[in-house]
Amino acid sequence: MSSTARTALEIRGVRKAYGSTEVLHGVDLTGRAGDVLAVVGANGAGKSTLIKILAGAERMSAGELRLDGERVELRSPHDAHAHGIRTVHQELTLVPQLSVTENLLMGHFPRRFGGLIDWRAAHARARELLESIGYGAIDPRTRAGRLTVARQQMVEIAKALVSEGGRAGPRVLVLDEPSAVLAGGDLESLFTLIRRLQRRGVLIVYVSHRLAEVTELATTIVVIKDGRIVAETAPERTDENELIRLMAGRGPGRLYPARRPDAGEPLLTVSGLHRPGEFRDISFTLRAGEITGLFGLVGSGRSELARCVFGAEPAHAGSVTASAVGTAPGSTSEAAGASGGHRLFRSPREAIAAGLALVTEDRKRTGLVLGLSTAENIGLTTLRTTTRGPLLDTGRRRREVTAMVERLDIRPAHCAGLPVRTLSGGNQQKAVLAKWLLTGPRVLLLDEPTRGVDMATRAEIYRMLDELARAGMAVLLISSDLTEVLGATDRVLVMREGRLTAELPSDRTTEDTVLAHAIGHTA
Amino acid sequence: MTDQLTTSAQPAEPADSDGSAPPGRRPSRRPGPPRLVVAGRDLTLEAGFAVLLVAFVAIAGSTTDAFLTEGNLTNLLKQMVTTGLLAFGMLTVILTGGIDLSVGSVVAFSGIVAAGLSAGLPVPLAMLVGLAAGTGFGLVNGVLVARFQLAPFVVTLAALTTIRGLAFVYSETPVAPEKEGFFELGSAVLGPLPVSTLIMLAVFLVGGIFLSRTPAGRSLVAIGGSAETVRLAGIGVRRHVVLAYTISGACAGLAGVILASRVGIAQPSVGTAFELDAIAACVIGGASLAGGKGSVRATFAGVLVLALINNLLNLYDVQSFWQQVLKGLIIVAVILVQRTGRFRTAGAPNPADPGKARLS
Repeated sequence: MSSTARTALEIRGVRKAYGSTEVLHGVDLTGRAGDVLAVVGANGAGKSTLIKILAGAERMSAGELRLDGERVELRSPHDAHAHGIRTVHQELTLVPQLSVTENLLMGHFPRRFGGLIDWRAAHARARELLESIGYGAIDPRTRAGRLTVARQQMVEIAKALVSEGGRAGPRVLVLDEPSAVLAGGDLESLFTLIRRLQRRGVLIVYVSHRLAEVTELATTIVVIKDGRIVAETAPERTDENELIRLMAGRGPGRLYPARRPDAGEPLLTVSGLHRPGEFRDISFTLRAGEITGLFGLVGSGRSELARCVFGAEPAHAGSVTASAVGTAPGSTSEAAGASGGHRLFRSPREAIAAGLALVTEDRKRTGLVLGLSTAENIGLTTLRTTTRGPLLDTGRRRREVTAMVERLDIRPAHCAGLPVRTLSGGNQQKAVLAKWLLTGPRVLLLDEPTRGVDMATRAEIYRMLDELARAGMAVLLISSDLTEVLGATDRVLVMREGRLTAELPSDRTTEDTVLAHAIGHTA
Repeated sequence: MTDQLTTSAQPAEPADSDGSAPPGRRPSRRPGPPRLVVAGRDLTLEAGFAVLLVAFVAIAGSTTDAFLTEGNLTNLLKQMVTTGLLAFGMLTVILTGGIDLSVGSVVAFSGIVAAGLSAGLPVPLAMLVGLAAGTGFGLVNGVLVARFQLAPFVVTLAALTTIRGLAFVYSETPVAPEKEGFFELGSAVLGPLPVSTLIMLAVFLVGGIFLSRTPAGRSLVAIGGSAETVRLAGIGVRRHVVLAYTISGACAGLAGVILASRVGIAQPSVGTAFELDAIAACVIGGASLAGGKGSVRATFAGVLVLALINNLLNLYDVQSFWQQVLKGLIIVAVILVQRTGRFRTAGAPNPADPGKARLS
């Protein structure tokens, strides 16, 4: 470790194709030991594919990778690991039932004679490891599943730094959105750790959506868009606005429709909603013709809140009141028992009957039935009512589905009979939306509807939400994307640790302000 | 973004921040084995089974004279009734992502109760009680699984031993009904076909329509794919799961009554390991034990395959222990052939498939 200017990682002309579709079109990257190489890009730009290649999880279709000048082939995650490339993925990979020690040392426990695990030594080694990177507060004997998400993330990072049995420690550490679940002091300790690793000559590849921290940490910023590197710059030579423009390839204004005029009557009133361990004393109102944003970090309780409002989880106290159900906005006619009064929905079915719809966060698990056709997925919410005698009215369903596929421009146009799993992420999300629009909702709750969705489809989704709101629907857009939660909405509710901490007008609020309320550093 | 979908599906956009979609799952460009598509429907599986069955029959007919005799064929048709009924019930449960291990014991209990009661009650009534008992057991299984969220494997394993015990409690020794009427159900023929076979065919026909064309049937299939998606769509998941186990119990009850009637005697020990044949038929028919995937027609083909294997091994006079070995190997072979075909066309299975994660 003589020179810190040593080129640690060099990739040249990396291409990656899935079937006939190429998603990386010849990417070049160079990082020196001790650098923080920040990679930024919109969803679908190719960041994840690049990370997977570095981690050995995917093989490049063409191109080469050099480590310390030496050409290396990564055939498997094990290869990458052995060469000192360590990756902390965005999704947590700890085994929740096992202790922190077991998670950290899995596969190379200290042994006693007879081959038994020497637990005392194992815990000591785990503690030492955590302390050496400034995470000494984590007890290695705790089961991983009982740690907060932020601490699990720290253990993930510690795990990536384990140098087993004399092998080289990490030379390259890839961090994929490491800060997504961190806030305040935890974020600070992550930054401290990164700087410490820098001094030890580790190259950090830092992938993040949060441009503020990218400009603070990075020595080099690389912007990736549509599978190409479109810019390489230093943080002192750029600013967030320029980065956003480079990532999106257009002004952010174009992405979001104009804001809507004044909101109408309240359609959903939540008051004093409380669910122990998840959120407390939540009150807000959703009005016709308005898109309300809900921002919160992972673990703030936002998804749980949406599920609870929708009757999918019981609440401990509070009420959810849907105003009169009517087909036309402004109508005051009441559907049988489904509206009025202070009450909670006891099941999603009751919520649907009262005019609510919920697009969940995880469309593969709770938004779609992947094995079924697109038509069956779109028809799921109306399955019980689309009948003729005892049988399904397939003719009517075909007409309804076809109309929705056209209205939302779901591609391919003949997707109705295809398994929904063959659709792209964006089109799958449209299918979920179509399913809910068929119920004729007046209140639409959406939890991270643009996650894993390409830019073009995102713009379409924003436009669609705008149209729906203008037609008199009340929309709640839950998002952890600051730009989106301000750009696509009229006002923003902010949640922190299960409480609503702010309600802000979207057009007069900065991302920093929203984040400050979400993290708890209000000036 | 292309909007054409021909042989290969439109690839999803690179799953950024959406790591749950491994690209290996995407349909590959390589042409798979030829598919048989008739009027827009992919009938490759059906055609494959047809070829297999014809081959079975051709081999059997040319190697042993005993196969193509009226007596043997009638026997074959009657023998497949039990497995057939159990397999349909099993399929409904497997589609929801569950399993019903108790069906063999239900066969014994329903048969012995019907046989026993036929001494004092009119035969049809006694048989109805046998059927009702099976339905009741299924209902209890369903409630334990759906309402109390117990693992289907554990619930029905407990039911397997409990109901077997109850059959012996009812009568330790075989019960031989005396009324002639008791034997009719299992022996009557309508034209060339045994009535019991016709009943089984009717169950498959009506059951097939139920699973493919009614809201409840589609809900069952969807629940096996993702129960939470179905619940959030406002569909009652519990009642549908209960329904699936109840159907399985009713099928087993019916099978038990028909079996006792055909054999002419009801034994408390009958039906051991019948659940395995039923599961095998579903799996040969391409059903996924993770739920959400399975075909009524292909399951029926699976029943035929199993019945033919059994029948042939008997005709060839293969010793019964060797029969078990061969049957096991043939089942694995059939599934392997099927799997390989599917892998090439649909790509590798998706390890992140949520359905697989909660295999019970």
